[in-house]
Amino acid sequence: MKPSGYESSERLDATFAALADPTRRAILARLASGEASVMELAKPFRISQPAISKHLRVLERAGLISRGRDAQRRPRRLEAQPLAEASSWLEHYRQFWGKRFQRLDALLEGMKASEKKARRGQR
Amino acid sequence: MKNVLNVEARGDREIVITRTFAAPRRLVFEAYSKPELVRQWLLGPPDWAMPVCQIDFRVGGRYRYVWRHANGNEMGMGGVYREIVAPERIVATETFDQPWYPGEAVGTVALTEQGGKTMLTQTIVYESQEARDLVIKSPMEHGLAASYDRLEILANSLDVPSVTK
Repeated sequence: MKPSGYESSERLDATFAALADPTRRAILARLASGEASVMELAKPFRISQPAISKHLRVLERAGLISRGRDAQRRPRRLEAQPLAEASSWLEHYRQFWGKRFQRLDALLEGMKASEKKARRGQR
Repeated sequence: MKNVLNVEARGDREIVITRTFAAPRRLVFEAYSKPELVRQWLLGPPDWAMPVCQIDFRVGGRYRYVWRHANGNEMGMGGVYREIVAPERIVATETFDQPWYPGEAVGTVALTEQGGKTMLTQTIVYESQEARDLVIKSPMEHGLAASYDRLEILANSLDVPSVTK
């Protein structure tokens, strides 16, 4: 199943919001070693199964986990793509253009200053 | 007004960048169209210089940029201007010498001004979704393998809160 809508910044926001909770990060860590059912995922935590299910829904909406086809167990599995996208996207493309535009800011300040100077010189 | 940079993908073939600048748009337009100005800011990551920055700024005119790494590796790109409306719009094609995405892209720079500040919207449209996705997923400096390495480190280092046995 191809994750949908991964390209928008909304999706990135959803990814980082999903990662912002330590229980959800622990769930992802567990799934990194293989798929697991809701019951199996709930076992290590002192919280109820409905609470775990709530976390799972957040992770699913962010596309970080998906449900397997086993009708009985519906095991959850980790979807690696959104995390990879989040790290490659943020670290490179945005940084790249961010730095360029900071240099452009500086250049524009210089251009404005030159114009001011030239105008004063003309009076 | 904060100078926040926004980068996002739109639809299946576009990347849109928006940013505000504290300057009138005729200056921003100049900074995008004069080669002696472009080469001062359109630089790559650290260690990359810009030995070539040629611009024939007219419809049908060509531009060419080459960035060179300290280790000698080069990355070149260029294209043709399709539309120029000073001081608000520049449309040009974009092709890299070593194509790291298939086909040709078309870039549009649109500038609007309010209260002496300029809002830039820079849109790049790729020929296909595959091409656009390659750009998003391929970091400029490292191969895709590097992002998956980082993913593994992230997955292995995830904090596990206090757990009952």
